[in-house]
Amino acid sequence: MPISGQSQLPAILREHQRDILAEWMRLQLASVATRRELISESDLQRESSEFLNALIRAADSGGANRTDLSGSSWQQVREILERISRTRAQLGFSPSETATFVFSLKQPIFDRLRREIMDATSLADETWSVTATLDALGLMTTESYQKRREAIITQQQQEMLELSTPVVTLWRGILALPLIGTLDSARTQIVMESLLQRIVETGSLIAVLDITGVPTVDTLVAQHLLKTVAAARLMGADCIISGIRPQIAQTIVHLGVDLNSVTTKATLADAFAIALTRLGLGVTTVASHPKPAVPDSASPA
Amino acid sequence: MERIPILKMGAFLLVSIQVDMHDQLAMQLQDDLTNRIAETGAHGVLIDISALEIVDSFIGRMLGNIAAMSRVLDAHTVVVGMRPAVAITLVELGMSLAGVRTALNVEQGMDMLSASADAAAGRGNVHVNN
Repeated sequence: MPISGQSQLPAILREHQRDILAEWMRLQLASVATRRELISESDLQRESSEFLNALIRAADSGGANRTDLSGSSWQQVREILERISRTRAQLGFSPSETATFVFSLKQPIFDRLRREIMDATSLADETWSVTATLDALGLMTTESYQKRREAIITQQQQEMLELSTPVVTLWRGILALPLIGTLDSARTQIVMESLLQRIVETGSLIAVLDITGVPTVDTLVAQHLLKTVAAARLMGADCIISGIRPQIAQTIVHLGVDLNSVTTKATLADAFAIALTRLGLGVTTVASHPKPAVPDSASPA
Repeated sequence: MERIPILKMGAFLLVSIQVDMHDQLAMQLQDDLTNRIAETGAHGVLIDISALEIVDSFIGRMLGNIAAMSRVLDAHTVVVGMRPAVAITLVELGMSLAGVRTALNVEQGMDMLSASADAAAGRGNVHVNN
């Protein structure tokens, strides 16, 4: 007979570990939550038995503070759960599917407890403590899943930022910065830094900011653009803003944004032409060169 | 007491700031530079800040002030070689140094001063001819 107040749970778990694991596996495989295409049965078996082992060890050594999951005896369980949630987040499991991994363990343990403990009061106590523990562990999986997802999102954001701010050299001394997508503070900062860095590296006198790909220009975006222009001017380079679409021109005037201090052009070609003029260069047609073929004339009539 | 050297190159003065500016040094430079402009009758001042890594609003204002004072003494000021981080800091501080002319490096700054000196000389001749 167990002493009153001491949990029978660790003993029961240890004794029937094999049965509980088999039952748990059956439930997991049967439930829709198990995505066979994402994880193999052997992997699931391995993860499940690893987790159950750690859980039993923790329940064994935990004693009184079994519900305190931050303790050192639960260290291994936490690590295993975090690892499982991380990999599942990467494999494309949903949060509820990930949490079900833990929650589906409830039924086999409850069944076992009901069969082993006859006394109604202690059965209720044990059930409650198992529920509390597994709920906390389930929440933990969701939390680590979330963290992993957030890390993935941050990483993708970073990659997008790097992709979307190329500084190209149009000619010796002329840089162009084709901006694509919405400009927010973080992006503008990166745009500004990479542009200024390239100005230093190439010794360019003129930079063309092309905003053809910027869907909307509000006061904040305009302010960001003006800041970039001001910073480039401080370093000794002139900025030209090009690619201003008619709607954007209207918006800028309606918003009362003052772009008088900046040279603005409708197209990148115009901006390039004025940049060449400022450097004392020009584009001429070579008289002897044959005219470029028009596609229509090449096709048979 | 350390000072920032002011070098005379023809009709221009060259100031190269190679140390981190502190407020006392900036005040001293302002004093020295205005004196030298008055003494030499220089028509242009070139301030090289390519070694300056840290600026605050005081240094920013000092650069603006030096430019304005030189202007009063009939000398153009060109600030050259500002680092990207410094430019961003100044813009974020809301100081775009509106009255100051800038160039990427000393060579371009010198060209700029020569061009404006030539233009001034040209105007002067026209004035004399009249």
